[in-house]
Amino acid sequence: MAPILQVKDLQHIYSIGTPFEHTALDCISFSVEKGEYIGVIGHTGSGKSTLMQHLNGLLKPTAGTVLLDGKDIWSDKAFTRQCRFRVGLVFQYPEYQLFEETVYKDIAFGPKNMGLAAEEIDRRVRQAAGFVGITEEQLQSSPFDLSGGQKRRVAIAGVIAMEPEVLILDEPTAGLDPEGREEILANIESYRKAQNATIMMVTHSMSDVARMAQRLLVFSNGELMMDGTPKEVFSRAQELLDMGLDIPEVTRVFLRLHELGLPVEPVYTMEQAVEALKGLKEGNAYA
Amino acid sequence: MLKDITLGQYFPGNSPIHRLDPRTKLIMLIVYIVALFSAGGWISYGLMLAFLAMAIKVSQVPLKAIVRGMKPLVLILIFTGILNLFFTTGETVLVSFWKITITLEGAVRAFFMVTRILMMISGTFLLTYTTSPIMLTDGLESLMNPMKKIRFPVHELAMMMCIALRFIPTLIEETDKIMSAQKARGADLESGNLFQRVKALVPILVPLFISAFRRADELATAMECRCYQGGDGRTKMKLLRYKRPDYYAFAVGVLLIGAVVLLRNFGL
Repeated sequence: MAPILQVKDLQHIYSIGTPFEHTALDCISFSVEKGEYIGVIGHTGSGKSTLMQHLNGLLKPTAGTVLLDGKDIWSDKAFTRQCRFRVGLVFQYPEYQLFEETVYKDIAFGPKNMGLAAEEIDRRVRQAAGFVGITEEQLQSSPFDLSGGQKRRVAIAGVIAMEPEVLILDEPTAGLDPEGREEILANIESYRKAQNATIMMVTHSMSDVARMAQRLLVFSNGELMMDGTPKEVFSRAQELLDMGLDIPEVTRVFLRLHELGLPVEPVYTMEQAVEALKGLKEGNAYA
Repeated sequence: MLKDITLGQYFPGNSPIHRLDPRTKLIMLIVYIVALFSAGGWISYGLMLAFLAMAIKVSQVPLKAIVRGMKPLVLILIFTGILNLFFTTGETVLVSFWKITITLEGAVRAFFMVTRILMMISGTFLLTYTTSPIMLTDGLESLMNPMKKIRFPVHELAMMMCIALRFIPTLIEETDKIMSAQKARGADLESGNLFQRVKALVPILVPLFISAFRRADELATAMECRCYQGGDGRTKMKLLRYKRPDYYAFAVGVLLIGAVVLLRNFGL
């Protein structure tokens, strides 16, 4: 099957021709298959947010191309607008983009812009609200009366309601408490399962990506440094640390155990850690 | 994108003009504008132009940046030019049709007026391009200090200006972000008639205002936490001091205005 998104030699330079000229991305190439769950990691200013805005045609690359279903998203104006609906982008702190009087109207903003019929909009708003756990009662209240976590879920629902094939989220869990994070991650997962959607999630939380993502992209200084499964990426733990990035806490513990001479493989999720430790215990019992 | 707006933006650099005391630059700008408006003939305009060109050269600000900043003013310039061209009475008639006559005097006057505005704005841009907003407000505060005697709230005004200037880039960035976020939800900001376009601004303005108020609130709290109580008894970390180049600049200013006034007496 052809990849849904293809990025070829993408380059982006901000403020060309001024003293503030700055290369945010250089020579980025990768492709995304339908249904993949990709984690995007990199330190602040590594260009990952800039990249995300290229994937739905908000920013125009200074060089290189982005293909959606094999077609250049900048090939014509109508298609660029189409891309905005097919590739949903949830920005950092999306709760700051809420503006309508009621939650319902705010979620309906995207589908309305798509020019859908009233019944279809209604269906989508209710379905999206369902994915993020917004109740019927809350739909009629003002978005500004909700709590921080709820506001964010409303904002995410606003993008989900467009039913994008690819859902991109820029640090969806930033600034939330552990419970709020879990909820958002579960919401995303339920949308993915229901629509067989492709997910790209930018995050600083290594344990989140280690658990959720099937594939990781690692950015540093505007370049794509690593592209592989969490196992492949986290096995290069030292390189990640050198780039100023974190590794999951369990990986850290297991690396240390390994250093101390225990026969353990580096793991990156809690479940694997439990398995590994069990195995170790049984091994010891026989020894 | 919005980020590329350059009107009055600071261009970091280390030219002799960047290093001048902000007060010197402010005073020089006033001197320059007074001289510009005193200039009456080709020679004095030539002199002013030479001075401006020299200042731009020394400041190392790219000419392109100054020209780009003029763009929003094209309409005013055209308006001024046309007004002067058609409504100046004079002896030598160049063209005459219907009710309109263009005289040589009118043409010359229109040319001078447009040049004057262009040169005035270039000079002002030179100030904002070479002086960081903080230096600028510092300079203004120091220059307006005598007005404290008549209980004019100099410090408060300077602080307000400083905060306003400080938050322009932040708000532009914020607007950019909100615009992108709404565009990602399919908001169409570029097409439609006037009414549709104004309506399309609502999803941008509402979040922008909310965030501006939130920021103002946070800033006030943060300032209070650091015991800010207004200007009374407040000292500065960086004291403004005139140095040798500042005196040279003043000398040039006196010479410039002297020369223009002298030329004016001879009608040049």
